[in-house]
Amino acid sequence: MSLDGLLFQALNGLAGASALFLVAAGLSIIFGVSRIVNLAHGSFYMLGIYLAGTLAGGFGGAFGFWAGVIGAVLVVAALGALTEIALLRRIYAAPELYQLLATFALALIVNDAVLYLWGPEDILGPRAPGLEGAIDLLGRRLPTYDIFLALVGPAVLIGLHLLLARSRFGRLIRAATEDREMAAALGVNEKVLFTAVFALGAGLAALGGALQMAREPASLSLDLAVLGDAFVIVVVGGLGSIPGAYVAAVLVAEVKALCIALGTVSVGGFEVNLSKLTLVAEFLVMAIVLIVRPNGLFGRPQPPARVAGRGEPPLRPMGRNGGIVALGVVAALALLPLAEGAFPYAPVLAVDMLVAVIFATSLHFIMGPGGMHSFGHAAYFGLGAYGAAYAATQLGAPTFAALAAGIVAAGLGALVFGWFAVRLSGVYLAMLTLAFAQIVWSIAYQWEAVTGGSNGLFGVWPDAPLDTRAGLYLAALGGALVVVLLLRRVLFAPFGYALRASRDSPLRAEAVGIATGRVQWLGFALAGALCGLAGGLFAFAKGSISPEAISVGRSIDGLVMVLLGGVESLLGPIVGAGAFTLLQDSVMRETDYWRALLGALILAIVLIFPGGLMGGAARLWALATRRAAR
Amino acid sequence: MTDAAQGNATAGGEATAPLLEVEGLDAWYGAAQILFGLSLTVGRGEAVALLGRNGAGKSTTLKAIMGLVERRARRLAFDGQDVARLPTHALARRGLGYVPEDRRIFTGLTVAENLDVGRQPPRLLADGRPAPGWTTEHLFELFPNLAGMADRRGGQMSGGEQQMLTLARTLMGNPLLVLLDEPSEGVAPIIVEQMAQAILALKQKGLSILLSEQNFRFCEMICDRVYVIEHGELRWRGMTRGLSSLPEVKSNYAIL
Repeated sequence: MSLDGLLFQALNGLAGASALFLVAAGLSIIFGVSRIVNLAHGSFYMLGIYLAGTLAGGFGGAFGFWAGVIGAVLVVAALGALTEIALLRRIYAAPELYQLLATFALALIVNDAVLYLWGPEDILGPRAPGLEGAIDLLGRRLPTYDIFLALVGPAVLIGLHLLLARSRFGRLIRAATEDREMAAALGVNEKVLFTAVFALGAGLAALGGALQMAREPASLSLDLAVLGDAFVIVVVGGLGSIPGAYVAAVLVAEVKALCIALGTVSVGGFEVNLSKLTLVAEFLVMAIVLIVRPNGLFGRPQPPARVAGRGEPPLRPMGRNGGIVALGVVAALALLPLAEGAFPYAPVLAVDMLVAVIFATSLHFIMGPGGMHSFGHAAYFGLGAYGAAYAATQLGAPTFAALAAGIVAAGLGALVFGWFAVRLSGVYLAMLTLAFAQIVWSIAYQWEAVTGGSNGLFGVWPDAPLDTRAGLYLAALGGALVVVLLLRRVLFAPFGYALRASRDSPLRAEAVGIATGRVQWLGFALAGALCGLAGGLFAFAKGSISPEAISVGRSIDGLVMVLLGGVESLLGPIVGAGAFTLLQDSVMRETDYWRALLGALILAIVLIFPGGLMGGAARLWALATRRAAR
Repeated sequence: MTDAAQGNATAGGEATAPLLEVEGLDAWYGAAQILFGLSLTVGRGEAVALLGRNGAGKSTTLKAIMGLVERRARRLAFDGQDVARLPTHALARRGLGYVPEDRRIFTGLTVAENLDVGRQPPRLLADGRPAPGWTTEHLFELFPNLAGMADRRGGQMSGGEQQMLTLARTLMGNPLLVLLDEPSEGVAPIIVEQMAQAILALKQKGLSILLSEQNFRFCEMICDRVYVIEHGELRWRGMTRGLSSLPEVKSNYAIL
């Protein structure tokens, strides 16, 4: 690789950095004031690029391109304001987890809205009039538009700095970012300020998207891809720091550009294609920064939220009656294969449900009693699935050994990722876990020699006695039973008490001699390992595993299952997993717009039934017994 | 509750309604109830003290009036109008100022910027006369220490300087009444003296004050009337000078 080429790619990287910076700056400003990490922020970017393309075409001509950009920014800013008024205002006081989910639900709904309005095909935008050319630089042609884009980032950075430092609006934003309650006591109308800030942030994201229309096609996968990048940038730069976001955007874009520039290099006899490792590279940058500076390059420690959260009620072991009922249910489930003649599909659906039960129960273990809201549980599902599939197809391992290999792979992954994760909390933890899941996903997608790339691994069939529907079903039932009982046993052992103590009051737990970090780390690893069994069973049930099955969507499904069932109950994840799988199998299969449906379901849980099914049942039960007592 | 004979100062001034009327105020932190049916009034131009030991509910009373904690009141009126349903910022816009005990300076903003956040347009009294208005220049006269440090960040000030800034910041909103939470807490004696002088000057300008204090000597300098609270309930009320002749009341409620 020549030096010229490197320089050329570096300039190219600056152009990419601008778009990422615009999105990350918006995310950061919104978080600063409202303390909400807006998972729909990538959707604003996506809307920006689609709208700008359509508007530019509508206006037409040289004027049309720029009018399209401005129009898209204004429309999306207005949508952002509407979102703040209609949705976010209702959830400012809700737990962080619900805020994250609600904004993710919005992302799902926007994605389907875009699908409905613009269709599934990628759309190419117009070129920027006057900037179509290229200039000769170092013997290569550097597009003029890229130079323009490279300048947009610093320009917006300076503009934002002036806005925040010199205007009264900026002073009010900074004051409310530090202490919104005090700002309100001084007469600052928070509602108006929050709406304005949200509109500003959404508009910035839309600007980032709109300006990209001349560089890349608009596609439906942009929202999550951009969101992932923006997360990395915000975490690397430090949540809430605008200059930090720019530095991080440049860093990430340059690392990516460098990977592409270097291409295939030989490391110790192995040919490594760096251009395929761009995704992994940016997450590696993030991991390194987080080890050295846990609050990011320019970040300061986040002040603790002034809202005092309501503690979770203690868990109660199931009484004797409950035990008898559970035994009866398990016995009935064990007899299900006898009904196969009447309902041939039943064991297949039941295996799906049991896989979901293992997945949701292990997730619940870390997010409920563990208090760590993982947005990347799909990572361990994926490690388990790929581990088992690789062992079975490539190494010829028998089924049980392959399942064990999956558990080990997931457990090791959880040990590594958990080591980082337990150092963070709240939204940082959520973003980091999501990022780790993206790493696993991109490795599965890009390491073709081992994972089969985008096609995945095929022919993952179980051997006897699991090679019948009934056999696999009974194995899944046994596995689910072991996982549920084991995790329940752990929760009522001293380790479980220590885990909950670490969640409820880390300082006091430390003071009585609990190594909170280690307890949470081991809890994280245990849950991850057991989740690997869900992945392995999934691979054997479907006969294959592909990156699609372990994407962000799977992580979110898990969160929805747990919340649908009720996070404060040990039965919650089981009930939620069953109900969600049934719902997915019946309703969501019937429509192209299942994302919007899932989004609506999440919003219903967050806004109307925050206790989930079990919480609702407990309320009904309390009501009924009180009436009976009267 | 013991009501001192010389009692209710507002009794003589029935002609105009008090500036602040609080009746039956309950307040909660989460599930824990802190205030139980508290009633008090502050007349126009009057300085009133809330006395009581640590944890008696003085700060909570001020926060509850300001709508910063969960609260319910039979009546909450300011400047003759029912304000029980107004959000915090709207209360501030009506001319109700709040100076928190822990100062809550915006540490990333300079002194001048802190003052600017508190700025509100001039306001009129209920009878149409202009209320005392404040500018940065006036405030720098009142607190000369602040004048030299307009560009210093809030995070780089001493406790006493922050205490002056937090009061000055609230005054920038041209309030009619200031809820002043323990301004003598944790600052050097010389600053306490300066604060007392400044507050007296404010009172002479016609500003009404509701002061939460543990230090009787401080409130003796400033306040006309006193409410003593304990465990979130009103225990005694009367003229300040009446309380100074009742050492047993003071010692009962650990008033210094």
